[in-house]
Order: sequence, then structure tokens, then C-alpha cells
Amino acid sequence: MLRYSLSRFLGAIPTLLILITIAFFMIRAAPGGPFDAEKALPPEIEANLRAAYHLDEPLVQQFGRYVLNLVRGDFGPSFQYKDYSVTELIAAGFPVSLRLGGSAMLLALLVGVSAGTIAALRQNSRTDHAVMAVSMTGISIPNFVMAPLLILFFAVYLGWLPAGGIGDGGFRHMILPVISLALPQIAYIARLTRGSMIEVLRSNFVRTARAQGLPERTVILRHALKPALLPVISYLGPATAAVITGSVVIEQIFGVPGLGRYFVQGALNRDYTLVMGVVVFYGALIILFNLVVDLVYAWLDPKVKYS
Amino acid sequence: MTPILMPRSRWFLPLAVLILFAAGCGDAGQRGDRAAKIGGESGRELASRQVLHRGNGAEPQSLDPHKSEGVPESHLQRDLYEGLTNHSPDGGVEPGAARAWEISEDGLVYIFHLREGARWSNGDPVTALDFEYGLRRSVDPATLSNYSIMLRPILNAEAIIAGELPPERLGVRAIDPLTLEIRLAGPTPYFLGVLTHSASYPVHRATVEKYGDRWARPGRLVSNGAYRLRDWVMQSHIVLERNPYYWDNANTTIDEVWYYPIENQSTELQRYRADALDLTYDLPFRQLGWIRQNLPDELVISEYLGVYYYGLNVTREPFRDSVELRRALNLAIDREILTRQVTTAGEIPAYGYVPGVVGYEQVVPEWANWTQEQRVAEARRLYEAAGYSRDNPLKLQILYNTHENHRTIAVAISSMWQETLGIETELVNEEWKVYLETRRSKQDTQVFRAGWIGDYNDAYNFLEILDSESGLNDSGWSNARYDELLALSALENDPEQRAQYMHEAERIVLEEVPVIPVYFYVTKRLVKPWVGNYRPQIQDVVYSKDLKILKH
Repeated sequence: MLRYSLSRFLGAIPTLLILITIAFFMIRAAPGGPFDAEKALPPEIEANLRAAYHLDEPLVQQFGRYVLNLVRGDFGPSFQYKDYSVTELIAAGFPVSLRLGGSAMLLALLVGVSAGTIAALRQNSRTDHAVMAVSMTGISIPNFVMAPLLILFFAVYLGWLPAGGIGDGGFRHMILPVISLALPQIAYIARLTRGSMIEVLRSNFVRTARAQGLPERTVILRHALKPALLPVISYLGPATAAVITGSVVIEQIFGVPGLGRYFVQGALNRDYTLVMGVVVFYGALIILFNLVVDLVYAWLDPKVKYS
Repeated sequence: MTPILMPRSRWFLPLAVLILFAAGCGDAGQRGDRAAKIGGESGRELASRQVLHRGNGAEPQSLDPHKSEGVPESHLQRDLYEGLTNHSPDGGVEPGAARAWEISEDGLVYIFHLREGARWSNGDPVTALDFEYGLRRSVDPATLSNYSIMLRPILNAEAIIAGELPPERLGVRAIDPLTLEIRLAGPTPYFLGVLTHSASYPVHRATVEKYGDRWARPGRLVSNGAYRLRDWVMQSHIVLERNPYYWDNANTTIDEVWYYPIENQSTELQRYRADALDLTYDLPFRQLGWIRQNLPDELVISEYLGVYYYGLNVTREPFRDSVELRRALNLAIDREILTRQVTTAGEIPAYGYVPGVVGYEQVVPEWANWTQEQRVAEARRLYEAAGYSRDNPLKLQILYNTHENHRTIAVAISSMWQETLGIETELVNEEWKVYLETRRSKQDTQVFRAGWIGDYNDAYNFLEILDSESGLNDSGWSNARYDELLALSALENDPEQRAQYMHEAERIVLEEVPVIPVYFYVTKRLVKPWVGNYRPQIQDVVYSKDLKILKH
């Protein structure tokens, strides 16, 4: 197990390097540069700025410099937000994104698994159809449509919740963004749980458990739920990636000051270091999370053994 | 089989965890209420809490006045700092940090008298040395300012920006703690307007030297304006609080100003409607009709110092040698219909090129008084003279940066050209930075959408765009007489003679049509009824210190 973890961990490094390389050259290949403005800068000022940020060096040299600094934990200065370094911006934005994304994942798991289980237990009943219909809607409506609808209803008409921003950082401001971000995941997880629960309920060991006269509650919670959750666990990796990409949109709509907004602003402004910083940081996070999910999976599923 | 529901008690713990997680450690700040004051507009009572919430477009690039250039930054900078001059409500300048000034007869030497008792937000006195230091720092290439070019009129500034002279050689000198002398390279009639720009603001030397690049932050930033920086949560909000040392603090009413970076105008409107904002930054174009119906009393539309125009690339076919074609396209746009039915916010049809700046009579071409039928007839004649016809139509590309407004306008203009002249147009949209690069290369562009908002209230600021050397002249147009007139106007001290030079220059533009002016901008904004003293200004300058919150 330890060896497996270690080898998987080392295997992640080349993945990350490839990601860094592609991102580095792609953002620089995009037309336009960080110092382009409607009124072109006088050449001497532009030359001065380019030299200060080492943009006058050959691309390969810039890349080498970037990777070396990265190894030292330095993401470089932001071109756009001149009072901060990219490391500082990530440190400021990540806790907010983590709170948003973490809450959304937790909510998705709680509601998704419960709804899926209930639907499976009452297969083909009205409850089942209702849960499936709602979750189908949840999957089909993109969050950039759902979020403004939620704002319109809960913030503008009812006035119960704030329309955006994080205010003083309170709970109320997080409710709508968290729900918007969690909805598609709730729907997906509910469907996954339902499907696998139905399958598990038909399996021999559940029949055995029932035959032994165990109460239904014990059968479900102790015996059926764990194997039924395996597909959900393996979905957590892609779900994290989906929540991260979803947060880019949600943070923009609700004005949540997380990493997703830096990413969008950075890309629009050709803030090379900021975009790279977010890509590398999130890339590393997703790789790490997938690794953890695999390990948890191995630990949960008796059929999977690593030596 | 009886289905089993999850027992309630099992729900509780995870839910509690979820709530705690989402709640984080945020805590509503406690702010003491002030006793209600009587005063304000027509004696209306003031609210007990004088806190203003402003939508502010985008996250500012920097709060270092020498490093920022955008409009959102400028709103913040004007609350935080004070230059030698301020914007006056009528679009001119009025005393700011300088209470008075004298200008030498040749227009080359300015002597500014600073206010006695003015202080920085940490209590240090504001002196002429602070301005000397600020101006030198602004033009110093090591500062990495990209707007230092604003200070070009000052003696030696251009050479210092180019790295040819040390910053100490700048024509600025503190004569004594309250007297500042600025020497110019040539008489610059609009120089007092330049001094309202953040590139000329003073900075607190000890703070800048102590923290280097990282001084413009809460807890560090020291400013000389009516407000000081209390808090800055990137991408969320910036909070300014009263600077108790500001010289005019006694006449300031608002205690706290919250600025929110909200790029999306629909989001901003929703937050305004939910009472989270007192003033918006802009309004969504598509929802203007709704706003007019539902919030008519809160909608404020006013003239804005800017021109929306279509540039024609005159370095390539079909526009290179064909002034007739350029004129035909110009005449064929029905600006009345465009502003009344397409842009709808009350934009002003632009027949001339320079918007309504102070002290400059707008040039109105003869055809502005024609009927649209007459214009179309003349456009057809010119179009045929240029060698095109219905059977041999011109094919054109219109380039614009991706935005709903620009697309709608391009569709309208292309259909006007199609209907009157039979031109076949293709619309090309590109994301902002890509569009800038395409436009600048002058290779593939034919017609491109553009706009310019004045940095200072003077016709020169608009005319210089079309100078052969200008960084904004993406038409590639070059006219020796025009350049000469601009150079003359920049050195002319007599306002009438100067206006004459500029009028002649503008007439050349309207004859040659390297650009087609479409409309003059307006500022459109929602203002809550309890915001007192709100007065629109042509450069959209809204000093928070002049506003007050009425009881509501």
C-alpha cells in the first residue's frame, strides 16, 4: 500500500510538468500581451516594462526561470494586480474557494446520497420518479442559468438572501453560491447512488442478510450502503474537477473573491503569471485529490488489492 | 418491505458541520452609530449611518496612483488622494491640494501655493516636497508606471521617461514647504487639467521607501485625500474610512465608502435592487427599457466626455486612396435612429469628432443640418464616384471587441450601409486583447469599432489620437498639416488662437474621414433616492466626500 502510494505520487510529477509546459506556452501563444491597452504605450515605456518582467528574454529562458522559481515556491509577480504577488493572491483566494467548493461537495454528498438511497428503496414509486426528474433537471440546467434564477427569486423578489459578494464573510452570503455549485453534483450523485444501490440490493449478500432476519435498517446502513457508495467515491475525483471548473463561473456570477475569479480576470488581461499560478495550483490539487480518492477506494473495496 | 428513512438524528451532525464550514470565522463587524445630524439637501435629515456603497466595475490594478490607469482605479484614487487641482462640477478645475497658483506670462512656469495645515492620513504635514517626490517618482522608469506619459508637458519629463536623464532633472522644485514650482517644456494650456490625473498625485515618501512595491495596502498606505484605506479584500470590496487629518474633514459627511468590483452589469443591477449598492458603475444596455419603466426616478443619465467612433484603415484598400468612399460611409449612417432606437440611453449623435469639452465650440459639418434623404443621396453619389454600384458592391469587414453593445451597433450600421449603398458587410468579433492586436497591426482590418474617453477636459486630448505618431491612431492616417496644427495648438497660449488651430484640425478630420464619429457617450447610472448631493459631471467624477446619505 505504501509503495503503491509512493509510486503514484511520483507518477504525478511528470503529469504536473506536462501541465505546466502546455499552460506556459499556450497562454503566451494567445494574441495580445499583458501591457496592451487601447492607447499603445510609448515604445520606451513598453520596453522598460517588458524588461522588468523578463518578457524580453527568449521564451525558453523565461520557462526555465519560471520552473526554477516554482520549485522554490515562488509564483512570481502579478502583471495585473501590481500591489501583490501571485503567491499572495492564491493565498487570499484559495480559502474562499475551498469554503465554497468544500461546502458544495459536502452538500452534494449528503443530499445526493440520501436522495439516491431513498429513490432506490422506493424504486418506481412516485418518490423515485420525482427524485429522478428533479435530478435530470439539475444535470441539464447549466449553473450559469440556474444561479441568476436563484438570485432573482431569493435575493431580488423574496429578499431573503444577499444577491452576491461575501459581505463580512458570513454564512448567508454563501448559501446561494453553494447551492448553485452543488446542484448538478447533487443530481449526478443521486443518480449514481440510486443505480448502484438498486444493484446492491439485488445481490446475494443482501439477500443473505435479510434471510438472517436482520432489521431492514441494519441491512441498508451496515451492509448495502458501503458497497453502493463505491461508484460515488470514484466519482469524487471528477466531481472535484467539476466543482473547481464550476466555481470559476459561480464566483464570477456571485462576486465571490475566490481563485476562479483570478483565473478569469488573469486570462482576460493576459496576466501570464496569475493564470499559470491558478492552473498549476488547481492542477496539483486535482492530481492530489484523485490520488487520495484512489487510496480511499482501495481501502474501502475488498476486491481491490495493491501490493 | 418497509422502506427506511434515515433517522433524523443522523442528519444533524453532518448538517451542523456543513453550516460551520460555510460560516467560517466571519463575524459581522461592529460599527458604532453616529448621532443623527440635521442638514443636507433642503434640510432633510441625515441618516445616522453615513456609509456609501458604490459599484466600481473591475478590481483595481493598483492603489498606487502612479501605477494605475483604469476608470475604476480613478474613482478610488480621487477619494484617497488629492492632486494640486480637483475637478469642478462644471467640468473645469478648481483648487485641490493647492489653494491658489500663478502662471507666468509665457505659460512656462507655474507656482502653486499649498494649503496650510493639510495633513497625510498618518498626521504628517503635506508639503511641496511630497509633490516634488511624487512627480519625480511618477516619471522615473524604475517605478514602472504606464501612464507617466501624461506628465510629458513638464520640463525634461520625456527624456526622464525614456531613461535619458535622471528623475532629479524634472522641472519641479519645492521653493519652500508650501510653495511648489513646475516648469514646462512648452506652454500647455490644459496643464491644470493634467494635474487632476492620478499620475500627478503625491505619495508619502517614508511609506514608499519603507515598503517598496508593496506599500499600497491596508495598514501601510498613507494618503492625503478625504479618505484613507481601511480594508481591501481582493475581488470582493475595498473599504475607505474618513481621513481625520484631511484639511476639509469638517465639511465631509460620508464616514465610510465601500467599493465593489462587479464586472457584470446585470449582477450589479441585481445587487442594486437588493439594496446592497447605493450607486451603480454602469447599467446593462438590454435592461434599460425595464429600468425606465420600473426605476425612472433613480436613473441618472448625463453627458460623458467620450466619443464612440468607427475607424477606417486608410493604409489598405479599399480606403487608402478613396476619400469619396470614406465620406459615403460616413453620410450613410443615420445617427438619429442609431441613438434613439439602438443605443437608447440618450447618447448624442456625433457629426463632429470632439465631444463637448469646456471652452471649445464643437465643429458641426454642413451635412449635419441636411435631412437623412439628402445625406443618402450624397452618399450614393460619392459611392458611385468611388467606383462601386449595386452590381459591383463593396465588401467590407467590421471588427469589434466581443460585447453585446458593440455587436448591436455593428448590426445596425451594417444594415444602414447595406440598405442605402448595397454594401455587403461581414461582422468580426474578437476578444479585447486580440482585437487590440489586430487593430494595431493595420493588416487585416478595414472598419474597426473604437472609442475614447478623455483623460482631461480638452479638445487636444481627442485630436492627438489622430496625430501621425499617436499610439491610438490605428487608422494609420497621416496628414502633415494636421500634425502641424496640433503642434501649434500645444504651444499656443492665446485661447482663441489655440481654439482656431484645433478647429481647423478637426475640420481636416471631418473632410478626410479617417474615422467616422458615431455618438458621444453618456454616463448611465442608478442612484438611490437617499443619496444626497449627487451631481453628474462630464468626466464622471463623483467625489464621495461631496455626497451624503439622507434618512430613509
